[in-house]
Amino acid sequence: MDNASPIVEIRNLSKSYRRGSQTLPVLIDISLDIDKGEFLALMGPSGSGKTTLLNLIAGIDKADSGSIKVSGTEITSLSETELAFWRASNVGFIFQFYNLIPVLTAYENIELPLLLSGLTKKERRSHVETALSVVNLTDRMDHRPGQLSGGQQQRVAIARAVVTDPTILVADEPTGDLDRKSAEEILDLMERLVHEMEKTIIMVTHDPRAAKKAHKVKHLDKGILNAHLQTDF
Amino acid sequence: MHIFKLIFRNAFRHKLRTFLTVLGVTIAILAFGLLRTVISAWYAGVEASSATRLVARNAVSLVFPLPLSYKDKIRQIEGVKGVSYGTWFGGIYIDEKNFFANYAMEPKTYLAMYPEIIIPSEQMTAFLRDRKGAVAGRKLVERFGWKIGDIVTLKGTIFPGNWDFVIRGIYRGRDNTVDETAFFFQWEYLNETLKKAGRSWTDKAGWYLIEIKDPHIAADVSQRIDKTFKNSLAETLTETEKAFQLSFISMTEAIVVAIKLVSFVIIFIIMAVVANTMAMTARERIGEYAVFKTLGFRGFHIGGLIFGESIIITMIGAVFGIMLTFPVAKIFAHELSAFFPIFNVETKTIYMDIAASFVVAFVAGIFPTWRAVNIRIADGLRRIG
Repeated sequence: MDNASPIVEIRNLSKSYRRGSQTLPVLIDISLDIDKGEFLALMGPSGSGKTTLLNLIAGIDKADSGSIKVSGTEITSLSETELAFWRASNVGFIFQFYNLIPVLTAYENIELPLLLSGLTKKERRSHVETALSVVNLTDRMDHRPGQLSGGQQQRVAIARAVVTDPTILVADEPTGDLDRKSAEEILDLMERLVHEMEKTIIMVTHDPRAAKKAHKVKHLDKGILNAHLQTDF
Repeated sequence: MHIFKLIFRNAFRHKLRTFLTVLGVTIAILAFGLLRTVISAWYAGVEASSATRLVARNAVSLVFPLPLSYKDKIRQIEGVKGVSYGTWFGGIYIDEKNFFANYAMEPKTYLAMYPEIIIPSEQMTAFLRDRKGAVAGRKLVERFGWKIGDIVTLKGTIFPGNWDFVIRGIYRGRDNTVDETAFFFQWEYLNETLKKAGRSWTDKAGWYLIEIKDPHIAADVSQRIDKTFKNSLAETLTETEKAFQLSFISMTEAIVVAIKLVSFVIIFIIMAVVANTMAMTARERIGEYAVFKTLGFRGFHIGGLIFGESIIITMIGAVFGIMLTFPVAKIFAHELSAFFPIFNVETKTIYMDIAASFVVAFVAGIFPTWRAVNIRIADGLRRIG
């Protein structure tokens, strides 16, 4: 793939849901390019289709029509099994409610995606320790999620997202469940991932403060990407 | 981290629910094991019977005797190796509730056909010398606290009067399939007493026990015996010892079928209990399973987590249930020795326990797995928060 070409290329993407006999369009003819190392924020009112777009880019939902290429791979044509393999090595997820497994320690939660990688135990340990040091939680590796604050849990979730060194990171309201201070810390961490590790982040948010950290903000309204409301920082 | 660690931790996330489910499985497997043991005990006599022994009885019914003169005629039939005979006595010891099998038999030939009955040689000699001597099984002696030399009085039901016997021997079984609760005495004692009293049933046997040279000729020898006494005053019905024992069980087959049915109903009930536990578990964790799928885990990984948890919970209960089956069966054996002389937990029963547990675990995991695997990731993630 050409280095100058976008890492995510979305063309004429449409998605609708069926509710009884009604068909509700959620995304209408979306076209979007995201460059490598870009920090993109998707904003818009509730029900505008932000999370659906994020899910489609991350390969956890299927589009009705259109094309999504991530790092040259046309993911709309992949089967469920192929998508599972693809997600495991190409996408890191950061959720609003952290979605850590409560019976596993911080270390084990971060190690979870690596269990599919075929790495040895020693190699996995090395990767997890690196990820823990990135989020500055090495001293909490044996704590379970219930023993960590919200901000710490989200840092563990970020470590889990980056541990496989994915092509893109998708974050759905990553600061939505955090207090202001913790939210700032998480956003700073995400900025560091972009600047220091050249990660590509696509973030859905309602929070204008969070959006300000992004390089670019795209607005969605009723399933339409509003080009006029694009903000570049 | 190993995935088994996760399965194990998941199994104990809701400690009370897991404890109650394990308890339910334990009780169910215990009940299932005991009922299967009751069924085995029912068939114990059949299982212990020999393929080289035939039983000839009156073709009309067992309550009608056969002439003693048949003994020599049977012995001459081709394929017959030995002949003995016995008569059901049906005596009561003190009270009817003290039931045990008691019968008269010709000791030398009869015991020669039962190598599984072991009597110390000096006791055997004493028994053969004493016309009023009797031999009782080890468990029977323990039950009533008898010892060698004790006089035991049985009240006759078929043969009225009080009958005194001297305990001359205590037998034990060669293995645990041998009934050790029987009581037998010399047929001559019965016959002479009946003769003196001028009663019927003198010089008559309740049944003939026939040893054959080869189990493969059992059907031929049986036919020859019955043919020999065809159109006589007492026609015979000869069958293998196994068929003879089965004929008693067939009278109570409805009970056996009912017990079998109940044993499977228990498994069905516990299946529903474990399935409910697993359904609740999967419903609560549907968001987590969506996270697993998001990270790249596939359907069989999710299925592994759910089935693994179901197997852990069920097998812990099964292990406790199986472990408890042995002491509880021992108590049953002691309390019900009059009805079930042989009450052993068979290896087959343990295998059935394990098989039933796996079936329960597997069936209980099917629906939750199907649900967790088929839910869309986006829908699963929406359940969180």
